[in-house]
Amino acid sequence: MTNIQHVQVDLSTALGKLQLPAPVLTASGCAGYGRELDSYFDITSIGAIVTKSIMMEPRSGRATPRMAETPSGMINSIGLQGSGIESFIEHDLAWLRKRGARTIVSIAGNNVLEFGRLARRLRGVEGVAGLEINISCPNVANRGLVFACNPGSAAEVVAEVRKHAQPGLPLLAKLSPDVTDIVEIAHSVIDAGADGLAMINTLLGMVIDPVTLRPQLGGRTGGLSGPAIRPVAVRAVYQVHAALPQVPILGMGGIRSGRDALEFLAAGASAVSVGTAIFNDPSAPLRIQNELRDELASRGFSRLRDVIGIAHQA
Amino acid sequence: MTQFRARLAGNRAVGEYRHLVFVTSADIGMVKPGHFAAVAVGGPDSAMLLRRAFSIHRVSSKANVGTTIELIVSAKGAGTRWLTSQHEGVLVDMVAPLGKPFQLPKERVPCVLVAGGYGAAPMITLAEELRSRGCRVDVVLGASTESKLYGVLDLKRISDSIVITTDDGSLGVRGRVSDVLPEVMQRADSAVVYACGPMGMLQAVSLVAASTGAIAQCAVEESMACGVGVCMTCVLPVIGDDGRTRMVRACTEGPVFRGDRVRWDAIGSVPADAVGAPPAGGH
Repeated sequence: MTNIQHVQVDLSTALGKLQLPAPVLTASGCAGYGRELDSYFDITSIGAIVTKSIMMEPRSGRATPRMAETPSGMINSIGLQGSGIESFIEHDLAWLRKRGARTIVSIAGNNVLEFGRLARRLRGVEGVAGLEINISCPNVANRGLVFACNPGSAAEVVAEVRKHAQPGLPLLAKLSPDVTDIVEIAHSVIDAGADGLAMINTLLGMVIDPVTLRPQLGGRTGGLSGPAIRPVAVRAVYQVHAALPQVPILGMGGIRSGRDALEFLAAGASAVSVGTAIFNDPSAPLRIQNELRDELASRGFSRLRDVIGIAHQA
Repeated sequence: MTQFRARLAGNRAVGEYRHLVFVTSADIGMVKPGHFAAVAVGGPDSAMLLRRAFSIHRVSSKANVGTTIELIVSAKGAGTRWLTSQHEGVLVDMVAPLGKPFQLPKERVPCVLVAGGYGAAPMITLAEELRSRGCRVDVVLGASTESKLYGVLDLKRISDSIVITTDDGSLGVRGRVSDVLPEVMQRADSAVVYACGPMGMLQAVSLVAASTGAIAQCAVEESMACGVGVCMTCVLPVIGDDGRTRMVRACTEGPVFRGDRVRWDAIGSVPADAVGAPPAGGH
């Protein structure tokens, strides 16, 4: 293992037009706006911070309890708590820009028009490397019936964002695994103007409190995340990459180690996001990035790009 | 706050709790009463991903030993059962110190410390700190039963007076801490109440404090996934300086809050007048 440290591995990658010097990003909703995690690792050393999803107006989120631990994972019903786009731009994005962190801003709207308004508000704002269009949060009023569950409504949101966003700004559509055919949804959002895909969001789930025999979360249902969902995520990335090999994928879902990240790259992801693992280990994104470098080096890869989609080779 | 490895160096029963002593060579900075630690449980490949948060009981540093961190743990779930069943020498991943600690008075005012069960964990160093500043310190300790009291002897030694309550009357006065608190505060002319324990107790203590004009500083216990401010699960409704209620994180804005700022009745809900509260029907 000692030799591995000295092997140079080119970790640079790209999500379409978005060039990334490093392949590990944070997952939206698991890293706040980067500030807290900067105490545990240098947030400029990873690929990018993907912010918690931003809405137009301040939002309280749901009542507690908002989470329950599940085997190798957790279920949450936070409900997109946030202080709204104006506060985000003034305080959080300004801080990220000053800190020098690459930032992908995740946006979430209650309706199609709100997505467009968010994209328009971020037009010309400095420090935005790209947008993640969160059409798949399960913690919204219409619960499991999120935009990403229907190819038509998913495409409608993406087209609206494309129309209003800064021309040329990379757009990633965040997909839900809770669909019959994720490839069909992927096709529709790419046709509507997305440059790439972020996948997967959480799976809709429920925990019943064994004492009260009622749903344990304040929001009743919630989003399941963590290593428990990793095989679902790897499968989704693999299927979409097989059907759309030219479309860049930001892969995520239960990544906890460099080896987990390698699985996603092999399945077809060009970069990965670390989410729930941050709750277990606040320095996880950089740790996983370093572990990934070692995993690649130990297998004789000198460039990360050479492993992307390798699982599809005969 | 620092993330570090700590070695378990002591694990003994204290009533129904375990007193755990960890040692680390890491420099964890200044630790004050009310700070907490977030501990990863189950080892590196654990299926239990969420950190467990504990109020720090005591921290001390010795040149040739390192820093020792003491926690009082109640084994009430799978994670705490794992932690309390570990043997000396086991390494755990810890983040500390976290949160905003108790604020100490600038003047020598009489203070009363109120704790329920293992909520007494941070109170011993707090009492020492207050006494070293010349404050009078009165203590009210409560629990459901004697074996769930913590720190009785230590607090008896440090304090000017101590009153014990148990729900079953197995030690001290049968009843709750809020039953005896008004009399203790009247006798000592208490200006500040420091409290740590279950939410219901904190609410009752805050009401008593408000009725006497004393300031209540309450360390809350909220369920947390990360402890470091990114997961947004440990929120409670708190009134800000501008008079508006927001859902704030217990881990970063707390765990210590002024009792008159917490919307105790609304815990477990989002008050309709909170900033960004959902319209009827929820969001």
